[in-house]
Amino acid sequence: MAEDTGTLGRSAAVFKASMQWRRLKSHFFVVLGLLSVLLGVVALLVLLVDVIVQGSGWLDWQFFTSFDSRFPARAGIKAALFGTLYMMVFTMLLAVPIGVMTAIYLEEYAGDNWFTQFIQVNIANLAGVPSIVYGLLGLQVFVRIMEMGRSVLAGSCTMALLILPIIIVASREAIRAVPPSMREASFALGASKWETVRHHVLPYALPGMLTGAILAAARAIGETAPLITIGALTFVPFLPEHPLDRFTVLPIQIFNWVSRAQSEFHHLAAAGIIVLLVVLIILNSVAIYLRQRLRTRY
Amino acid sequence: MLKVPFISSQEEESTVDAVIREAVATELPTDVSVEMPNPAVEVNNFSLWYGDFQAVTEVSIKFPRKKITAVIGPSGCGKSTLLRGINRMNELIGGVRTQGNVLLEGTNVYADAVDPVEVRRRVGMVFQKPNPFPRSIRDNILFGARVNGYQANEDELVEAALRSAALWDEVNHDLKQSGLALSGGQQQRLCIARAIAVSPEVLLMDEPCSALDPVATLKIEDLMRELAKDYTIIIVTHNMQQAARVSDFTAFMLSDDTARGKLIEFGPTTDLFTNPSDERTEAYITGRFG
Amino acid sequence: MAEDVSPFSHYPPRNDMSSRASRRFKEEAIRYVLLATATLSIVTTLGILLSLTGETLFFFREVSLVEFLTETEWTPLFAIKKFGIWPLVTATALVAFIALAVAIPTGLLIAIYLSEFASTRVRDVVKPVLEVLAGVPTVVYGYFALTLVTPILQEFIPGMRIFNALSAGIVMGIMIIPMVASLSEDAIGAVPQALREGAYGLGATRFEVALQVVVPAALSGIVASAVLALSRAVGETMIVSIAAGQNPTFTLDPRVPIETMTAYIVQVSLGDTPFASLEYRTIFAVGIMLFFLTFAMNIFAHWFVRRFREEYD
Ligand SMILES: Nc1ncnc2c1ncn2[C@@H]1O[C@H](COP(=O)(O)OP(=O)(O)OP(=O)(O)O)[C@@H](O)[C@H]1O
Ligand SMILES: [Mg+2]
Repeated sequence: MAEDTGTLGRSAAVFKASMQWRRLKSHFFVVLGLLSVLLGVVALLVLLVDVIVQGSGWLDWQFFTSFDSRFPARAGIKAALFGTLYMMVFTMLLAVPIGVMTAIYLEEYAGDNWFTQFIQVNIANLAGVPSIVYGLLGLQVFVRIMEMGRSVLAGSCTMALLILPIIIVASREAIRAVPPSMREASFALGASKWETVRHHVLPYALPGMLTGAILAAARAIGETAPLITIGALTFVPFLPEHPLDRFTVLPIQIFNWVSRAQSEFHHLAAAGIIVLLVVLIILNSVAIYLRQRLRTRY
Repeated sequence: MLKVPFISSQEEESTVDAVIREAVATELPTDVSVEMPNPAVEVNNFSLWYGDFQAVTEVSIKFPRKKITAVIGPSGCGKSTLLRGINRMNELIGGVRTQGNVLLEGTNVYADAVDPVEVRRRVGMVFQKPNPFPRSIRDNILFGARVNGYQANEDELVEAALRSAALWDEVNHDLKQSGLALSGGQQQRLCIARAIAVSPEVLLMDEPCSALDPVATLKIEDLMRELAKDYTIIIVTHNMQQAARVSDFTAFMLSDDTARGKLIEFGPTTDLFTNPSDERTEAYITGRFG
Repeated sequence: MAEDVSPFSHYPPRNDMSSRASRRFKEEAIRYVLLATATLSIVTTLGILLSLTGETLFFFREVSLVEFLTETEWTPLFAIKKFGIWPLVTATALVAFIALAVAIPTGLLIAIYLSEFASTRVRDVVKPVLEVLAGVPTVVYGYFALTLVTPILQEFIPGMRIFNALSAGIVMGIMIIPMVASLSEDAIGAVPQALREGAYGLGATRFEVALQVVVPAALSGIVASAVLALSRAVGETMIVSIAAGQNPTFTLDPRVPIETMTAYIVQVSLGDTPFASLEYRTIFAVGIMLFFLTFAMNIFAHWFVRRFREEYD
C-alpha cells in the first residue's frame, strides 16, 4: 500500500498545469458565449429597428383601408388583412377540434400497441415535413382533386394540416398535466370514460390547450410558402366573400412587395412586417398570459 | 435507505448495542485524544446560507490528520452542506453565502486569492451515488490528472490509483471498458480511485455506501481503513454501525428550533458512542429520535 | 308523505350491473369518432406520399431518370427544356452549408454558455430573445437578407450580386440559431448533475467540465440537433426565394444568383401553370426529393439519439 501511493507523489510537484491559463480558458469561453448571444440579440434589434425606420412612415389609415396597387402611395393591406383573418378562422375551426380529439384519443383511449406507436411516430415525422411540401399536398388534393380551386378554403385546409402536429402535441401535454386522482375520483362516482373526459379532464386541460392553439395560430399566420404553392394570389384588388373565393394573406403581400425592384415597395413591405409582427406579439402575449395564469391557478 | 437501521425494537437494541461496543472496542486505536495539535482541516465558526435559508450555523471543528472522522445526524441537519463547504462545492449553486473560514493545512480556502478549483484538487470528494464518467475506466482515472496537468507516466498512475482503491485485480484485464459497465460497488471504488489519482490530501465522502449492498459496503469500509494511513478522511453516514466500525472520531450535528446545522458534539468515536456528553447525542445514537 | 320519498329512490333499479345499452352505445361511438380523427395524421402522410409520387411518376414518363440525375442544367421553363436536378441540389446544399456554418457553432456556444456558465438572470433574459427570434416569420427574414444584409455584403465582397447564396445562408443561419441552441440545451440539460459534480470535485474548471465532460456526454443529442437543423435549412423556402435568386446555376460561388429546390417550387407556383403540364409535374418531382431528404434526416436524428444515448440509472 505504501509504495503504491508513493508513485502518486503526494506533493503537487507532478501537477504542472498553469492555473492562470486554465482560468483564462473559462473566461475566454464566457466571452465567446456572450458574443454568440449578442449575435442573436443584435440581429433581432437591427431587424426591428430597420423595419420600424423603413416602414413606420407608411403606416397610415390609407395603408389599412386600401387594396394593393401598382402605385406605392396608393397601396395597402386591406385584402391581405381580411384574407389572413378568413384563413385563420377556417384553419382554427378545422385544426383545433381535430387536434384536441386526436390528443384525447392518444392520451385517454389508445392502448399501448403498435398502432398507437405508429400514430405517434407519424405525428412526430409530420412535424418535421417542410411547409412547402404541405403546399404541394394542398395543391394536389384540395385545389385539384377536391376542386376547391385556389381558394381561402383550400388554403385553410392546407394550413390546418400543417399546424395539426403542434396542436396535438400541446393538447397532449395539457391533458397529461391533469392529475390522475381527478380521473379516479370521477370513475369512482360511476362516471363513464367520456363523462370523465368531458366534465373533468377537458375543463382542467382547457387553458393549456388554448395556449397551444394560439401558438399554432401564430405559426400559421406567418407561413407563406404553402399558400404560394397552392396558388394564393399576390395581387388581390378585392375582398373574398365566399370560402371558395381567391385570396391573399399578409405574408404573401409582404413577399410580393419585397420582390419588387422599386424601393418604395420595400417600405411598404416594412410597414406590412410591422403589422404582422404586432399581430404576432399580441398573440404570443395572450399565450404567455394564459400560461402564467395556468401556473398560478394550479 | 438505511436511515437509522439498527434500532427498530427493544429486543434488537441490546444486540446492536453489543455490536457497536464490540466494534468500537476492537477496531479503534486507543491512543487518540480530542486535542489535535496539527489538524489537516480546521473549520472555524462556519455558517452557510442557501439564499435566505441558513443550513449551517457557526460550526467549529478540527479534523484530525490521517484519521477518519464520521459526521452523523438526522436527515437535513446540514451534514452534506458542511462537507461541501470544505471543498467549496456549494458555490456551484447560485445564491450561496458563507461566513467563517475553513483552513486546509493552515490556508483559508475561502480567502480571496484562493481558487476553488485548486481547493478541489487538494480535497477529493466521493458522492452518495457512484458517478463515473461515461467513458473508459482508464479515462475516468486520468480525467482529473490530465486537467490538473499531470505529467508523469499515465499507466503507472492508473495502476497505482486502482490498486489503492482495491479495484485493480477486478478490472485490469480491460481498462478500456466503460466505467458505467461496472457494478455499483466497483463504480464507487472507481470514483474513489479517480479522486485519489489527483493526489488529494483530504477525502470527503458523502454517504458513499448508501447505494451499495452490504458486501460492497464492507469492501469500501476496508478500503477506507487502508486509505486512512495516507489521507485525512471525512465521511457522512446515516449508518451508525458504519460510523462505529470505521471512524476514529465522530461529529454529531443537529437542527432544532434555535438554529439549523449546529455541531452538538465531537470526540473520539469510542467516547461519543459509549459515553455521550450531550443528551441529544445519546437520544440520537440510541435511536430515540432522528 | 314527504319522508317516504328518499332522493336516492330516483336511481334506476339496482339489480342490474350492466350499463344501459344507450349509454354503452354512446361511449363506443365516441371512441370510434376519436379514433377516426387520430387516424387523420396517417391519412395526411399517405396523402403527401400519394400526391407526390403520382405526379412524379407522370413526370418520369416524359423525362428519363438518367437525365434527371446526370444532367447539370435545369431549364424546364425555357423553350429548350433540360431536366438535370443538380443545379437545384447544389444550390440547396450551398445555402444550407452556409446556414449551418453560422447556426451550429453559434447555437452550440449559446447552449453551453447558458447551461454551464450563465447566471439564472442572464438565462431569463436570453431565452425569451431566442424565442422571439424563432417566432419571426421567414418572409421577414427574407426581407432582412435582401434589403439589409446583401447591401452590407456588397460593401465588402467584390462581385457580390443582389441575389446570392451568402446573404440568404447567413440570415437562414441566424433563423436556425434558436433551434440549435434549444435542442442542444435540452441534450446538455439531460446530462446528470452528478457527472458535473464528479468533475468539479476533481478540481476541474468550468471550461474543462463543460467541454470535456458535459459536451461529450450530450454528444448524441448535439449531433441530432445539427442534423435537424440541416433538415430545416434544406426545407426552408421564403428566405431563399426572396434573397438567393431564381437562376438555376450549377455553381458553388456564394456571390451569384442561384435557385434552391424550394425556390424553384415557389417560382413555378407564382406563374399560372396548368394542371397536368410537364412544368406542373416538375415541382412534384422536386418536392418528393425534398420530402425524402428531410424525412431521412429527421429519422436519422431520432434514431441517432436513441442509439447513442448514455444510459444513466
Ligand atoms: N441547493 C439547496 N438550496 C436550498 N436549500 C438546500 C439546498 N441543499 C440543501 N438545502 C437545505 O439545507 C438543509 C441541509 O441540507 P443537507 O443536504 O446538508 O442535509 P443532510 O444533513 O446532508 O441531509 P441528508 O442526511 O438527508 O443527506 C436542508 O434543510 C436542505 O433542505
Ligand atoms: Mg446529505
